[in-house]
Amino acid sequence: MTFELFIFYLLAAIASISGVMMITIKDPVKAALWLVLAFIATAGVWITAQAEFLGLVLILVYVGAVMVLFLFVVMMLDINLAILKEGFTQYLPIGTMVVLAISAMMYLVLGPERFGLEATGAPVVHSADYSNTKAIGIQLYTFHVYAFILAAVLLLIGIVAAIALTLRRRPTTEVRYQNIDKQVKTQASERLKMIKMTPVIEEPIKPKEEEEK
Amino acid sequence: MIALSDYLIFGAILFVISMAGIFLNRKNVIVLLMAIELLLLAVNTNLVAFSHFHNDVTGQIFVFFILTVAAAEAAIGLAIIVLVFRKRKSINVDDLGTLKG
Repeated sequence: MTFELFIFYLLAAIASISGVMMITIKDPVKAALWLVLAFIATAGVWITAQAEFLGLVLILVYVGAVMVLFLFVVMMLDINLAILKEGFTQYLPIGTMVVLAISAMMYLVLGPERFGLEATGAPVVHSADYSNTKAIGIQLYTFHVYAFILAAVLLLIGIVAAIALTLRRRPTTEVRYQNIDKQVKTQASERLKMIKMTPVIEEPIKPKEEEEK
Repeated sequence: MIALSDYLIFGAILFVISMAGIFLNRKNVIVLLMAIELLLLAVNTNLVAFSHFHNDVTGQIFVFFILTVAAAEAAIGLAIIVLVFRKRKSINVDDLGTLKG
């Protein structure tokens, strides 16, 4: 077993085990953390396939942004865990059966006799100065530039949708808001009012001792 | 040397794990969303592996776009979950049957 193969099997085992932990653990916060570990291990697997840019993007975008969003939502919601785990054992046998059947079929189709090294040939190994990011960038900004712009528009729509869905104004009976238009347009005369009033002059209180005399 | 079948079987394992997750956690919407993320990751692993073995960078560009779409999907899905929780005080799938679908 070469070192490369050892690293691949190690990362694949970590990713698979954390995937299993994610679906079986009770607490959604811990499930999200296991999913983070699965993502990091899979990023390593991608880097062994010489997709360095995507491996790093997976860690930055997925672990850094999407999973933090997940954790934020999971921790914000007050979830009743007991109800959510009902039916876990009820679906366990049929779930295991379906999973085993599908993995057996997938192994028969994707197994070593069809996609082994003899069947596919060894992949091209790039030299150390080969830039995966540059290769992707050249393709992305020339042949796939319209798709790239559409992806940007899609992200913009995602931002607008997420904000529009979750933004809410609570009724003024609960909270008091500032009216910024009114605050900006206000004049000095509205703030300060001069009133004429007769002065009230208090007479000095005489000391008690003088009254007694 | 890592064979293509290794990558494909790894992708298949991740795929069936996330499918089992959808089977087992059918009450918790958040874990369902996380299982879908893992499913997309399995598909992306296959695309990366084929891109590596065909020496064609287009597969990686496809992964790039899938990541974009998945990020937008997760953001909107979580926004909907927050909205549902605010209205119903629950994210149990069984409580969300108002439309009788």
